[in-house]
Amino acid sequence: MLTSADLDTLLLTFKVASISTALMMVFGTPLAWWLARTDSAWKGIINAVVALPLVLPPTVLGFYLLVMMGPVGVIGEFTTWLGLGTLPFTFAGLVVASVLYSIPFVVQPLQAAFTTIGKLPLEAAATLRASPLDTFFSVVVPLAKPGFLTAIILGFTHTVGEFGVVLMVGGNIPDKTRVVSVQIYNHVEAMEYSEAHWLAGVLLVFSFVVLLVLYTVLKTQPVTHQLK
Amino acid sequence: MTQLITVNFRLNYAEFQLDVNLQLPGSGVTVLFGHSGSGKTTLLRCIAGLQHAPQGFLEINGNLWQDSGQGLFLPTHKRSLGYVFQEANLFPHLTVAGNLRFGLKRIPKSSNTVDLQHILELLGIDHLLKRKPDCLSGGERQRVAIARALALNPEILLMDEPLASLDFKRKQEILPFLSRLNQELNIPVLYVTHSQQEVAQLADNLVIMADGKTIASGPLSETLSRLDVPLAHDREAASVWPVTVVEHEADYELTRVAFAGGMLSLPLVAAAIGTPLRVQIYARDVSIALEAPTATSILNVLPATITGITDDQGGLTVVRLQVGTQALMSHITRKSALLLNFQIGMAVYVQIKGVSILN
Repeated sequence: MLTSADLDTLLLTFKVASISTALMMVFGTPLAWWLARTDSAWKGIINAVVALPLVLPPTVLGFYLLVMMGPVGVIGEFTTWLGLGTLPFTFAGLVVASVLYSIPFVVQPLQAAFTTIGKLPLEAAATLRASPLDTFFSVVVPLAKPGFLTAIILGFTHTVGEFGVVLMVGGNIPDKTRVVSVQIYNHVEAMEYSEAHWLAGVLLVFSFVVLLVLYTVLKTQPVTHQLK
Repeated sequence: MTQLITVNFRLNYAEFQLDVNLQLPGSGVTVLFGHSGSGKTTLLRCIAGLQHAPQGFLEINGNLWQDSGQGLFLPTHKRSLGYVFQEANLFPHLTVAGNLRFGLKRIPKSSNTVDLQHILELLGIDHLLKRKPDCLSGGERQRVAIARALALNPEILLMDEPLASLDFKRKQEILPFLSRLNQELNIPVLYVTHSQQEVAQLADNLVIMADGKTIASGPLSETLSRLDVPLAHDREAASVWPVTVVEHEADYELTRVAFAGGMLSLPLVAAAIGTPLRVQIYARDVSIALEAPTATSILNVLPATITGITDDQGGLTVVRLQVGTQALMSHITRKSALLLNFQIGMAVYVQIKGVSILN
């Protein structure tokens, strides 16, 4: 059975994933829009940076974040100056790390959806008196709906599944940074296979159901297609 | 208000330059004609503000939309225009009604004075309102796009080859609607096309473009018959005359029509006496005689004056004539022109072998 400590980690995991997904949508949408529309020379560089977490070992990303968010790191000095202290081993640090780790899963489906829409519907909207912002909400959002749903689902599930980055940046602090993936690791370390089974099962079923919805109900292309 | 459209644009791309200075009448249909790459679509997009020509001045019947001299560039959504794209470009997530409402919701109430029902009936789409664009034929989609643009009661209607993506049958389905629209609605139209058929059928004024420049601009029949313009030398070159139905000769299955300077016989037309029509006379169907032919099977023989002669390739000579107040073109062989010694100012007779009705 799931212990109350296990339930706490589940709750914390969903909290991290929800907040991270919300933040990724807020920052990822304009970024994806810019990437889909721009001819700037920066496009290639930004695309590469956004895609880095796809190929880097999570420990590498986690290591750099740990150093940068630490007391002598760039981010750490900034947050200290703001009076927030340093971020490693805090809930906020965990969210920041999650956002950076999962951002390609949000930006890439959105960018693909925006690119597919093309400029024609935007021009039609402009000739029908819609301002650019108006056009975004009345034309782009409805046309890119599958892209938005894919971005939300993949961003959320990917954050739920993270382990390496969490371990590097967040550690293993109960109720603060101890998420499900870490808790499973703890159970296995302690030879508590039955507890590990329960938690792992919950994650497996959850992830499968979500992806099933994504690929059957929403008829989305597999992520490997979207990431191209 | 000045009924005038002033269009000055200069645009410099590495592979393409646009340099246009035009004064156009602020009413009627002005067709921008040219081959692909001539800059006609770019010009239309600059007028719509979809493309920003760094140097430009644009005034539509007293409304200033761009004046780069004082740094003025009104964004597209603030211009009172209707735009019909080459592909209908309807919003796929909205029904026909939703597409029509999209613009209507965004114009001030005071300008929402268009009788939309009338437009829908005129275009024959009032039964399609609940359909999504992907359940419409290409012709239906394009007619919805035209209605969507007209519903805004715009100061000007811009149409970018609206029939180019349609097959012949669909074109024939929409062209009559377009000519009727132009007769019934008093909105100036700028219409881009590379089809001479559409020029003949729709244009009141004609602007001919090549390599990003305008090479001729003026009233249709005058511009069509300008010998310095390639159109007059085309094998399909034709004159277009406005005429009025005068009488029907039912026994002969003929209709007599009057033009400014005489009468023509046409195959019987189902149109009431007094109906205005537009007829097309191909230059290759016009022959010239020095004296009035007395015994000929050709019905349409008219006195005319030669106003221009140019030799063309292939042993052909293009002759421009004046019949009454109308200009007429004739393609004859260079040999005939030399043997009969045609000169500018000569009084001659034209024999017209065929006249076709455009609307």
